Amino acid sequence: MKRFASAVTCASVLAVSIGLMGCSTVQPWQKGNLAKPQMSFDSDPLQTRFEDHTYFSKEGASGGYSVGGGGCGCN
Amino acid sequence: MVSRRLLIAVVISAFAGTAGVASAQEVGSRAPNFDLAGSPKPVRMADLKGQVVYVDFWASWCAPCKQSFPWMNEMQAKYGSRGFTVVGVNVDQKREDADKFLASTPAKFTIGYDTTGKVAEVYQPKGMPTSYLIGADGKVRAMHVGFKDSQREELEKEIQAALTAAKK
Repeated sequence: MKRFASAVTCASVLAVSIGLMGCSTVQPWQKGNLAKPQMSFDSDPLQTRFEDHTYFSKEGASGGYSVGGGGCGCN
Repeated sequence: MVSRRLLIAVVISAFAGTAGVASAQEVGSRAPNFDLAGSPKPVRMADLKGQVVYVDFWASWCAPCKQSFPWMNEMQAKYGSRGFTVVGVNVDQKREDADKFLASTPAKFTIGYDTTGKVAEVYQPKGMPTSYLIGADGKVRAMHVGFKDSQREELEKEIQAALTAAKK
């Protein structure tokens, strides 16, 4: 039983550390590729604007869909 | 019990690894020197010793950067003779991207090309653009993230103050 428990611990440690290796931080100066238009979720900027307007009116929330404009976080 | 401690240690170290340990350049600290390929000539911070330097990190894909260029041109023209230098550090991975940007948005100040991001790693700009005003004593006097036209006056006042301080 003890053996089994330690095997489970080992496996979970491995899983967690391998999973976390996939995380990486994209620094602000590395966002060139993310800022490309093809990286945004929407294909039609006008339609998105329109939908954004609806969301904003209904939910009082807007933005946060892409790094359009450079992701400088200042606009 | 031992394995539980091990588990906790591994999890904590794994998280620490993802957090990024490098610290940013702060106001009052000494601005690190750097050398970069540039235009019209290579950028050597050591050559700018004793001058007030405005280091601006920018990228071709950054919209507010485009707005800041006319202002930086203006500042360079206005205060250049008083020992003020604007250095625009471009962080694009491809220099062609930067040159394309510069063709439509002319820069009348020194540009450095940080294609590998080595200078950005040291300064750790928090966004694009981020600017550092470095006094004649080589210390960071001010840092700004982003650029808005409404900040023009405030930034100019900081430059004036830095130049006044440099004279003393």
